[in-house]
Amino acid sequence: MTRDFFERQRRREQSPVPELWDLLDRVRDPELPVLSIWDLGVLCDVKQTGEKVVVTITPTYSGCPAMETIRSDIERVLGEAGMRRLEIRTRLAPAWSSTWISPEGCDKLRDYGIAPPQNQSDLTPDAGLACPRCGSADTRCISEFGSTACKALFQCNDCREPFDYFKDI
Amino acid sequence: MSDEDLKQATLDYTLRLGDDALVLGQRISEWVSNGPFLEEDIAYGNVALDYIGRARMYYGYAAELAADGRSEDDFAYLRSEREFRNYLINELPRGDFAYSQVRQLLVDQFNTAFLDRLVESRDATLAAIAAKGIKETRYHLRRSREWVLRLGDGTAESRRRAQKGLDDLWGYTHELFEPDALEQRLAKAGIGVDTAALKSQWQQAVAATLGEATLNLPQEDWAVRGGRTGYHTEYLGHLLGELQSIYRSYPGCRW
Ligand SMILES: [Zn+2]
Repeated sequence: MTRDFFERQRRREQSPVPELWDLLDRVRDPELPVLSIWDLGVLCDVKQTGEKVVVTITPTYSGCPAMETIRSDIERVLGEAGMRRLEIRTRLAPAWSSTWISPEGCDKLRDYGIAPPQNQSDLTPDAGLACPRCGSADTRCISEFGSTACKALFQCNDCREPFDYFKDI
Repeated sequence: MSDEDLKQATLDYTLRLGDDALVLGQRISEWVSNGPFLEEDIAYGNVALDYIGRARMYYGYAAELAADGRSEDDFAYLRSEREFRNYLINELPRGDFAYSQVRQLLVDQFNTAFLDRLVESRDATLAAIAAKGIKETRYHLRRSREWVLRLGDGTAESRRRAQKGLDDLWGYTHELFEPDALEQRLAKAGIGVDTAALKSQWQQAVAATLGEATLNLPQEDWAVRGGRTGYHTEYLGHLLGELQSIYRSYPGCRW
């Protein structure tokens, strides 16, 4: 568990509205539907004052096209639960980091065939990531930018399968 | 400078940064479906998306500062060529792949130095946008650097093209380091970046990569300027025509 995630976890545990955080676990990343916005670290905070609910989110990458969908999914999920007064704020600082992804999120990514972030170096390694399919470390980077900006494309030299790597950032 | 002057100057400055990001993002998005191979095609599309996302953050902040009903879309789609204040290097046509990667190296290296300073801006929003951007730009720089090494130190043909790209682009890099009165004022106020102070660092880093790529540093015998005053090359108008036509044909349309 990263220190950043530990702090997110503590914010969630100390929240007076745990049921709202639980509800928002239903909102998934549209491009990585195995991850909730909580797992991904896009969900920063949830607060309730009287009838009003304020949800704070942050984009992963500057150009992340998923943000619009995430906003409308938050509105839908909270709307269905009867929340009528809702404000969704976008926060830019501190900048999102791959260290915010939950440990469960990393496991889910691996099961989905995506190597989770290493959280060790700033940039993508040229080789040596564990293949999420066969576990071999005999792998190489094919492209620094995979199917989306947050991923790089790797290939396993043992099982020959290509796979995505969720980059450290 | 009064608070009101400072706010107006910050708005103008933010628009310049938004224009740089939008124009380059739009330009390099032209590589989508034209890349040399599939992975590269996708990679360049992702870099373009980072730039367009960055433009949205700058324009969104500009809209907040202007507080006159204009939206981020209005800044992107309803200003004319002469109102854009991007550096000329960002608007030049994409050329061949070597030309585009050399441009990318020059610009990525500049953005690395620039955003690294903007992170310390007294303006919290500009600092936040920079903090996000710098992480992405480090990835962009690593990619463009590797391409320039591969093309420069590659075949005779790839080297010839990379060198030609470099020679054709070099004269457009001077204006990056020539802050005008507005930029100097904002740098003094701790909001903007004094780009003149970035030049030697930039030159060293670029020269190191070019040396490794066996490319020759161009002669310093010509320079084109004008982006920050709204005097553009003939290419920007065409780029904006394509970028803005839908929004202008269907005023108020949303997507
Ligand atoms: Zn494998």
